[in-house]
Amino acid sequence: MNASPFTNPSTGAHVRSVRSDLPGDLMEVSMGPHHPSTHGVFRMIVTLDGETIVRLKPVFGYLHRNHEKLAENTSYLGSMPYTDRLDYLNSMTNNWAYARAVEQLAGIAVPERAEYVRVILAELTRLLNHTCLAGFLMQDCGCSGTPLMYAFREREKILDLFESLSGSRMMCNYQRFGGCRVDPSADWLARARQLVEEYGPFLDEFEALLTGNEILLARTQGVGRLSAALAINAGVTGPMLRATGVNHDLRKVDGYGVYPRFQFRIPLGEHGDVYDRYMIRILEMRESLAILRQAFAGLPAGPIMNPAAKLRGFRPKVGEAYGRIEGPKGEIGFHLVSDGGPNPWRYHVRAPSFINLTILEDLCLGHTVADAVIILGSIDIVLGEVDR
Amino acid sequence: MSDPTPTNPGITETERDELRRHGILLTGLEELYNWGRSHSVWPLNFGLACCAIEMIAASMAKFDIARFGSEVFRPSPRQADLLIVSGTVTKKMAPQVVRLWNQMPEPKYCIAMGACAISGGPFKQGYNVLKGIDRFIPVDIYIPGCPPRPEALLHGLVQLQEKIRNQAIAGPDAPRHLQAEGDCNCPIPECGAHDIEPAQNGALWPKPPELVRPTKS
Repeated sequence: MNASPFTNPSTGAHVRSVRSDLPGDLMEVSMGPHHPSTHGVFRMIVTLDGETIVRLKPVFGYLHRNHEKLAENTSYLGSMPYTDRLDYLNSMTNNWAYARAVEQLAGIAVPERAEYVRVILAELTRLLNHTCLAGFLMQDCGCSGTPLMYAFREREKILDLFESLSGSRMMCNYQRFGGCRVDPSADWLARARQLVEEYGPFLDEFEALLTGNEILLARTQGVGRLSAALAINAGVTGPMLRATGVNHDLRKVDGYGVYPRFQFRIPLGEHGDVYDRYMIRILEMRESLAILRQAFAGLPAGPIMNPAAKLRGFRPKVGEAYGRIEGPKGEIGFHLVSDGGPNPWRYHVRAPSFINLTILEDLCLGHTVADAVIILGSIDIVLGEVDR
Repeated sequence: MSDPTPTNPGITETERDELRRHGILLTGLEELYNWGRSHSVWPLNFGLACCAIEMIAASMAKFDIARFGSEVFRPSPRQADLLIVSGTVTKKMAPQVVRLWNQMPEPKYCIAMGACAISGGPFKQGYNVLKGIDRFIPVDIYIPGCPPRPEALLHGLVQLQEKIRNQAIAGPDAPRHLQAEGDCNCPIPECGAHDIEPAQNGALWPKPPELVRPTKS
């Protein structure tokens, strides 16, 4: 054990080498909260032995915006815009998860057309999230510019669709309890169908640039390996879990909405490393395109909103409900406890970003700082959801 | 200190435009200096919350902030001219934001992007949310929206360029860093027992006047 020059005698805090056979001191580096690679205001206190990480302590809370407490003091509908700002890349799926929780709590049925529209929007959101993630991951690898530019070009096309439907680019606030706010027009559907047709060629182009790229393979293969057992024990969900080879997708497991009517496959990884996580997302996008095509073909006519659903003076009966869906980042769920009043008595968000982040230290140990950056990038976090 | 720039250059705008048409450019040092500065505003690569995504979108292909000379997002505050406060500033994050501001060299500017940075926005009622970054650092441009569109950020940037172009480089109207006794640093708040202390920068956010209620006689 070697003494460290960083010992603080007043607090007794110090860092020591954990390997006695290795001479030299450890160094503590604070990455964040202002660091370009931490995807927001996340902070990692990394203990380094040379350049190898021997300890990693995450520090959260720099974006703690009191989401749950605010929701307990607003009406049920009043929390809908706040859910947009949880995971601000995927407002549509957040809306849907929250709407599902309230619909379960109050026993509201959803018309078939609304369920189809929800599937269409959720899959478009998945495309958007995974494309942006691939771009950001390449940015973390040091490829600054081109992949992110391509990703954001496609993101803008999807955002244009969202904007013409909901009136807002990012914060859509579109789902309601018992349906959706407005009915998509025939013109909108035609444009969305056009986008889906053009997305496949874009993915081909994107993959031609990235998937077989030697630098990408060298940087990501075998890095940040996650075992299936640890993933299950830590409650990891979404593409992170499926990259370890565990076949768990709520779209199949729960079969919520109208997902059982669609033919699609669940891509599974083998190694659970960063490359698998990247590849799972690319493959999921291809499956999303298949779902979207089937949803456009099967979209029924009918009301978009349950006429019996009540928006004003909404007071669900006493009880509790947990509504969850498969969001792009994993299982996003809302646990609501009602005491019969106009606001929830308890409101809890099961945030996939936060729970997936808990295994960060296990993934990073033994890797270099540069690898920690891409491991964090591959976990796919949004700080709005981690800190809430 | 007397003002070295003459108040009346002795030539009208029309005459200047006439000369410009003949290929003769008449300008002053202040104008030339500010023209150069206003088209190379380098922002700090610093995102806080949702607005940061729109800030990234503004720097990407469709909106292309490079058209306005601000595509060089610097990761280090030492190299940046512009702090875009893009998102909710929490009480845990406020000391870091002020510290970043202090680390930036003058001349520096601040854009409060979005409702949260301006006033706390939708999260204003929260116990952990700062009710506007202008309580701690001087803000030049406010961009409303939740989040503002990338176009709005570009508009804010153009407004900032306008402001830079009209800055004096000497005399009593010169910005704070050119004043002899100008202090460019803001006090960094700390986490106290119940709130951050001080709760605001007294020089920027003076105490509101005492409320005098009419007494019942």
